[in-house]
Amino acid sequence: MGFRAQRCGQTTTMRILASFMPPTSGRATIAGFDVFEQSLQARAHLGYMPENVPLYSDMRVTEYLRYRAALKGVQHRRVTERVGDVKELCGLKSVENKLIGALSKGYRQRVGLADALLAEPDLLILDEPTIGLDPNQIRQVRELIKNLGDQHTILLSTHILPEVEMTCSRVIIIHKGRIEACDTPENLLGKIRQAGGVVLEAKVGKDNGADELKKISGVREVITDGQDDWKRFSLRVESGVDVREEVFRLATERHWSLRELSQRRATLEDVFVEITHSDAV
Amino acid sequence: MRKFYTLLSREVRGYFHSPIAYIVLIFFLIVSGIDFYFQVSFMNQRQVQYTVQEAFFNSVFFWFAFVLIFPLITMRLFAEEFKLGTIEPLTTVPVRDWQVVLAKFFGALVFYVILWIPTLLYFAIFLKVTNEPAAHSAGAYAGSYLMLLLLGMFYLSIGCLTSVLTRNQIIAAIISFCAITLLFFLGLVQFILLDVSSETRDLLGYFSAIEHMGTFSRGVIDTRPIVLYVSMTIVMLTLTHQAFQSRKWRL
Repeated sequence: MGFRAQRCGQTTTMRILASFMPPTSGRATIAGFDVFEQSLQARAHLGYMPENVPLYSDMRVTEYLRYRAALKGVQHRRVTERVGDVKELCGLKSVENKLIGALSKGYRQRVGLADALLAEPDLLILDEPTIGLDPNQIRQVRELIKNLGDQHTILLSTHILPEVEMTCSRVIIIHKGRIEACDTPENLLGKIRQAGGVVLEAKVGKDNGADELKKISGVREVITDGQDDWKRFSLRVESGVDVREEVFRLATERHWSLRELSQRRATLEDVFVEITHSDAV
Repeated sequence: MRKFYTLLSREVRGYFHSPIAYIVLIFFLIVSGIDFYFQVSFMNQRQVQYTVQEAFFNSVFFWFAFVLIFPLITMRLFAEEFKLGTIEPLTTVPVRDWQVVLAKFFGALVFYVILWIPTLLYFAIFLKVTNEPAAHSAGAYAGSYLMLLLLGMFYLSIGCLTSVLTRNQIIAAIISFCAITLLFFLGLVQFILLDVSSETRDLLGYFSAIEHMGTFSRGVIDTRPIVLYVSMTIVMLTLTHQAFQSRKWRL
């Protein structure tokens, strides 16, 4: 599950679920336990990684994880095993005896993730798990999250939309504190009006390319770019229609030189823009 | 219980991971060492009615160092966690708020006790050098250290309360220093305000830490101060617990 929101309460939502803040209205339950009334039981089913991952900088990685395991009520004889497992999983073996204060941002992030995983919780809540990481670290953390998705329910918030497409099976879009959409990424992509389109780059000579292209059935709108001989057309088409073959036929008929003809897939970014924009207007 | 012990050991180790612990230890040993030296050399020069041990625990030097250490020990307890945000992972694991509060209080108390252990050496050295005990009886030692523990509990719990109220360690230290100093000098008011009635003076006398220490260091174990300090500690810790829980509504 994923969140996309901007200063409209995703951290607040997560903090409420983690029993860090009380809800001002309504209620939330984790594994059947109310996060406010039965906070202790709810917390026992939860692995939470807060935004910016606050950690004790004076502790060593293994020491910290053992401490957290004990607090989370991991059975005494299983602590060593669990700590070893999460260190393995999050790639912390090489820094296990380092002070947390001396770790890079990426490693701190992984310590936070390892901590969240310690008690094998039913629900993992990750607030901006990849913020502040370099591209390689982002890829590693994403891969890790994706693999974890098999065994845990994961609720994560992010501002990076390709990340959602890559890792999440359900998306909630929150805008101005309201849930605007909640569905699988595929369904969301299918729902929006401009379900992708076709991009075409051609030398059309004296022809008015846009008018010709508009005649093709299924094409709704054509946007023309480019000053020189090579023109770039962006075609918005009805969803489920592939007009590329028609475009090619037209080009050969008219003797246009073609140097690009491709289909552009709609992204969650389009979904987000459409949903939040229509709301703003 | 295991969670409480885990939190407690983290607190105690936290002290020794930070330079503040060592600075407080050194500062305290220097001042109390000078105190001890002065008392002994003073007694070498003239005839007095009290013992070395009594003098040690009742001198101005002693009280000066004494009121200063509590803000230093307690200021970081909660304020640092709030400042660094580590309060968030701490309170989102299944531990109860009172476990956190008690662990922090007892962590501070353990450090405070560790602070006092070296002073036992002074008396041991005195005995070895002079072949004379520094006090009349073992009860005098027991009384002094019991009073130290009682006062320590009370003042540390005040420090806990001020630390939970703010995320700024300096503010926590200043407030607890003022509160502890005021409480401490409350007992001295009877010597300053001469026009107050004798009842008021007696009443203030009950709160006088200096008087309590005077009694206990002679080996007289009075139950009234014990009840006073233990109950006040419980009150302060209850308030700390309440204030700690209120964080949820103040965010």
